[in-house]
Amino acid sequence: MKTIEVKKPSGYFTQIGPAHPALKEPVMFNLDVEGERIIKADFAPGMSHRGIEWMGLRRNCIQVIYLAERICGICGITHSISFVRAVEQIAQIQVPVRAHYIRSIVGELERIHSHLLWAGVAAHELGFDSAFYLAWRVRENVMDLVEYLTGNRVHYAMIQIGGVRRDITREQFPRIEESMKFFDNAYDQLARVFLDDTTVQMRCRDCGVLTYEEARQLCPVGPTARASGIKKDVRVDHPYAGYADLDIEYMTPDRLTGEVRGDVYDRIVVRLLEVKQSIALVRQLLEQMPDGPLLAIPKPAVLLAKLKGAAGEAVGRHEAPRGEVMHYVRLEAGKDEPVSWKVKASSYSNYLSWIPMMEGEQIADIPIIAASIDPCISCTDRVALVQDGNRRVLTKAELHRLSVEKTRRIQASLSAR
Amino acid sequence: MTFPIVPDLLSSLFKKPNTNPFPAPQLPPTVTGLLDEVNQGKAELNPPVPAPERLRGKMTYNRETCIGCNLCIKVCPAHAIEAIPAVKKVRFYVSQCIQCGQCTEICPKQCLALSGEFLNASHDRYDRSLIVER
Repeated sequence: MKTIEVKKPSGYFTQIGPAHPALKEPVMFNLDVEGERIIKADFAPGMSHRGIEWMGLRRNCIQVIYLAERICGICGITHSISFVRAVEQIAQIQVPVRAHYIRSIVGELERIHSHLLWAGVAAHELGFDSAFYLAWRVRENVMDLVEYLTGNRVHYAMIQIGGVRRDITREQFPRIEESMKFFDNAYDQLARVFLDDTTVQMRCRDCGVLTYEEARQLCPVGPTARASGIKKDVRVDHPYAGYADLDIEYMTPDRLTGEVRGDVYDRIVVRLLEVKQSIALVRQLLEQMPDGPLLAIPKPAVLLAKLKGAAGEAVGRHEAPRGEVMHYVRLEAGKDEPVSWKVKASSYSNYLSWIPMMEGEQIADIPIIAASIDPCISCTDRVALVQDGNRRVLTKAELHRLSVEKTRRIQASLSAR
Repeated sequence: MTFPIVPDLLSSLFKKPNTNPFPAPQLPPTVTGLLDEVNQGKAELNPPVPAPERLRGKMTYNRETCIGCNLCIKVCPAHAIEAIPAVKKVRFYVSQCIQCGQCTEICPKQCLALSGEFLNASHDRYDRSLIVER
């Protein structure tokens, strides 16, 4: 199995992965090193393809919501919101305003828990396990809140095409506010523990730098882009759900530190700032939440019948904790199942920024740099090319050759007629 | 050199563990041995944290009101429901159920519900306790 060709070995060629204790999920890094320094970095994804899209094409739209929820183990609502937004556009279903607000509330709670989970993982990669336990202990509070609101810690099953399935009632508001107060304090504590700590500063400052220009060229999304100073957020740029009514801004590291360096430290800053932002957003959402129905079409059987008649294609987007998620869906009239379903997870856009981040750094920095974009590797893997038992990657030249061959074939068949 | 976590670490020394020690405060030599002792009345289990009100646990099924319309099978994402056409009833496999609760919403007779029961682990996927028929 050979995925890249090293033309001029500078000194030593090393592979990390696909299964390695330093990596949480299977991905392979191919590194050209000189001593401890990384001269040239490359990576090979596609090690954990699960065929989720294939499963989706054999289920009706209501079943796909719960399948989409299981694409990612952490972003429980991300993929289901993106999928239902695409389907709602195709079937022209108007979502009630209250349902929009509830979607946003659960989405923001998810952002809090995902960023705290990441903070713990990052601390663990640095060998700072006390901060790891601290972040995960704080995170338990939001997990309990989500369980109280939705009925489950991870897979919320809140989203339905045309609205949400469960209400957030006025009796539940005090419990939410109690948690938000807890997170006000927890934010101060975590910001102190992570940002003022000498060890964290020594390991993360000017490590794994992605400059503004590099980020412009590679188009990362979410906190990875914002930590390099790119103002990009689906919630602000193309507001959906309840976000259009909210006071919401791009969270870039200069809001706290006054400068943008695009290093691992800035990515910690952005994620902590977003935890604070999410607390404010949940409060605004609770304050402004209007009364009204939860579902556009309350009866699932009626909804299924309507979707069977719907035809068309649409794209649904959502700002996940890791960045923009995009689902493309195509429905045909008379069919329960989607004819086409394409998922672009946020890490797909962030992968390429690994290369400029890693080059010039030391081998010991790989775990924290790899973790700093918060990669969701199993969510991202969509294609694995296997032929005669060998895995391979189609290069640009090979693709071009295949295209030329096809043109020749068509020309030959035309002239034969 | 600043290490702002130190006060938190020191104060943690005087706090109780954040987690509930379930099923026993100390890891027993064998879990099955502990369960045997519990059955004989020699040991006691430490109770789990009370389940929240909305928790989605094991299925409950009212066989009498079910009319066998099979709508629940149509929306089940996990293929956890099996039809029994001879008697026009259904059967639920808890080991396969993902507890989304979609079947409870589509049921025209409201004969399905999700209970708060969550201790469903078993060695056998087709254990009597993991198949809901009535």
